[in-house]
Amino acid sequence: MTAFPKRRWANCPPYILALFLAVTPAWAVQPDEILADRALESRAREISRDIRCPTCQGESIDDSNAPISRDLRLIIRERLVAGDTDAEVFDYIVARYGEGVLFNPPAEGANLVLWLAGPALFLVGSALALAAGRRRTAPEVALSAEEETRLKEILKE
Amino acid sequence: MIVELGHFALILALMVALVQSTLPLWGAHRGDARLMALAGPAALLQMGLVGVSFAALTWAFVVSDFSLAVVVSNSHTLKPMLYKVSGVWGNHEGSLLLWVLILAVYGAAVAAFGGNLPTRLKARVLAVQGMIGVAFLLFLLLTSNPFWRLALPPLDGQDLNPLLQDPGLALHPPFLYLGYVGLSMAFSFAVAALIEGRVDAAWGRWVRPWTLAAWVFLTIGIALGSWWAYYELGWGGFWFWDPVENASFMPWLLAIALLHSAIVVEKRESLKAWTILLAIMAFGFSLIGTFIVRSGVITSVHAFANDPDRGVFILMILGFFTGGSLILFALRAGAMEARGVFALVSRESALVANNVLLAVATFVVFIGTIWPLVGTMLLGRDLSVGEPFFNAAFSPFVVALALILPPGAMLAWKRGDIGRSLRGLIPVMVLAVALGALAFAMQTGRTALGPIGLMLGAWVGFGALADLWARTGREQGGARFARLGRLPRADWGKATAHFGLGVTIFAVSAMLAWKIEDIRIVQEGESFPLGAYEVRLDKVEDVQGPNYTSTMGWMTVTRDGEVVAVLNPEKRIYPVAQMPTTEAAIDYGFLRDVYLVLGDRQQSGGWAVRSYIEPFANWLWAGCILMALGGLLSLSDRRYRVAAGARKVPAGVPAE
Repeated sequence: MTAFPKRRWANCPPYILALFLAVTPAWAVQPDEILADRALESRAREISRDIRCPTCQGESIDDSNAPISRDLRLIIRERLVAGDTDAEVFDYIVARYGEGVLFNPPAEGANLVLWLAGPALFLVGSALALAAGRRRTAPEVALSAEEETRLKEILKE
Repeated sequence: MIVELGHFALILALMVALVQSTLPLWGAHRGDARLMALAGPAALLQMGLVGVSFAALTWAFVVSDFSLAVVVSNSHTLKPMLYKVSGVWGNHEGSLLLWVLILAVYGAAVAAFGGNLPTRLKARVLAVQGMIGVAFLLFLLLTSNPFWRLALPPLDGQDLNPLLQDPGLALHPPFLYLGYVGLSMAFSFAVAALIEGRVDAAWGRWVRPWTLAAWVFLTIGIALGSWWAYYELGWGGFWFWDPVENASFMPWLLAIALLHSAIVVEKRESLKAWTILLAIMAFGFSLIGTFIVRSGVITSVHAFANDPDRGVFILMILGFFTGGSLILFALRAGAMEARGVFALVSRESALVANNVLLAVATFVVFIGTIWPLVGTMLLGRDLSVGEPFFNAAFSPFVVALALILPPGAMLAWKRGDIGRSLRGLIPVMVLAVALGALAFAMQTGRTALGPIGLMLGAWVGFGALADLWARTGREQGGARFARLGRLPRADWGKATAHFGLGVTIFAVSAMLAWKIEDIRIVQEGESFPLGAYEVRLDKVEDVQGPNYTSTMGWMTVTRDGEVVAVLNPEKRIYPVAQMPTTEAAIDYGFLRDVYLVLGDRQQSGGWAVRSYIEPFANWLWAGCILMALGGLLSLSDRRYRVAAGARKVPAGVPAE
């Protein structure tokens, strides 16, 4: 309905809300979190855009102000510095916080339905539209050779 | 006293809506002219009563009547007047009252301006509109009454959420509702046509302006919300694929599909059943959106009211209207035979392809939005779906739509020649590819998204202009320019809206691909580079606002030593709501926005500063405005003006 972030912090547990009120809100990515290695840092940003803030729901940890998101951002950087691949970092976080933090559900198992629903509907819809189109045009195609010649004669006149 | 009058008027409006939804329907069935004639006055009266009720609630907000629960939780005596008024719809109860008011206004508009509608159809349309009114008035009075009094009124209120105290957001909900609720008109016309068992070109011509108007409002509403998110939330994002945003996006997409299929009904008397189905679905998705926002079932940063009882009630409304109309559809759709036949390559087929792609894209957004719910309820798993999914699963259909749009829009009705359409577009194709290649050469080692977006945007945008030009005929020279001015407004509307879509496609990809971000600690007096610019933090001061305190930064943006702008990013604290907000400072420009955000003071001294260069941000809003403008131009086309009033003017055959 409305795009009101009416209760932006409503989904956070009360203790986190209390933290907000006690201090001014922590920032989404803080300057002191940023890694000196630019390649690693940009990988960390890519990963953190795909991880949901566990307490504030609709936001990625890259955008979120919650303290837990900051912890997660630091963990990601720690793992990257330790030499993990992106996939290993995701596995590490999913093992601790559950698959619910993944904004990009992997296309396997039941999630295949999610990923294939669009393409499947597209194929079905196109097939139906084509079939309906065929039916609609059928009478028009039927011009016999006799009718063709007659048509030409008429057009010549 | 005034509050009680408002409450009483609302109950009376429910009674009137009950009359409006039953007697005219019976009259239309029996052919009783007196009963049918009841519909118009009832619709006008209903609007008047809901209007009184809305005025009463507004008055309560303006004078800060803290004996009303909804005023206490959403207002404060110190709040500026603009936000006292916008606070009326800044909460669940009040916004629902606005919803009902707009519904009644649409009904009254049909009653007042629908003079050329056949009596029977008009009575049925108004009756269906009345039924929707009954459902929502009941919902309002039973579960979300804004006139609820408190036994012990407090001295002052709890203030409106500071994020909502913003002019952009004051206007966003009314536009959005005008759009959502406007789709109820298409729905009412569809159901009335199903009851009659007849859909013809005239029906297409009556239903299209309402859909067009609703779509224009929805476009403006969504753009306002997106613009607000851009400047208020502090990281320059404009779309988050949040469930609530998706809730407005789905009806918008379906309304586009409906607009285009209604053209086929109007001009070719084909696709009738499909158009009826689309009208039902477009309003159905408006109701689903209402459900998503107000039930709290799907987690969203925008959650409005988290009350399961309300959710169940909306689910019942949703079930009644979509279920009922779909059953009616199943019974009657067979009666709607298509008259116009068309070949596989024709404008009709291109519009069918447009509809298939839009319907599938809507479905992708829908399944992505409800998938977390499916995960919890059916799979017992905690699942999230966010931006990466939508980017991957939704975008291909938009790309496909953009690719087929220019040639499809130039195909002839009934039987087209795809080769001829494409030959006319060769210059556009060359231009688009050249622009894309140029962008690719200028950016080194960045994602291909920017150049591809530019290419697609140019293809759609310039394709729209080529289409308009092609309509001026084949001879050479100045005569064609003269003819350009005489083209029907519908042609100009089509070109403007399609051109706006091209601009939007380009702007979205440019903003996603070419954004520059910088996060660092800056000491007062220190400078740092940002793209081609140099930014200096001059000083940070504390400032007192009307109902907040602010920490304000003074930042100078220079380019090659010349001052471009002095910007004041702020951090505000609203003491009553106990909530901090950030106010980004933006230097709006034609090619880029410089976007500065002030963060916390650091223990080491200095301030955290986030700065962005947002390329072509203004193009995004311009694209949306162009699309809405295109809709308005089409709406002002002669055939609707003629249809809308003066019967003495013979209804001319549209120039197409």
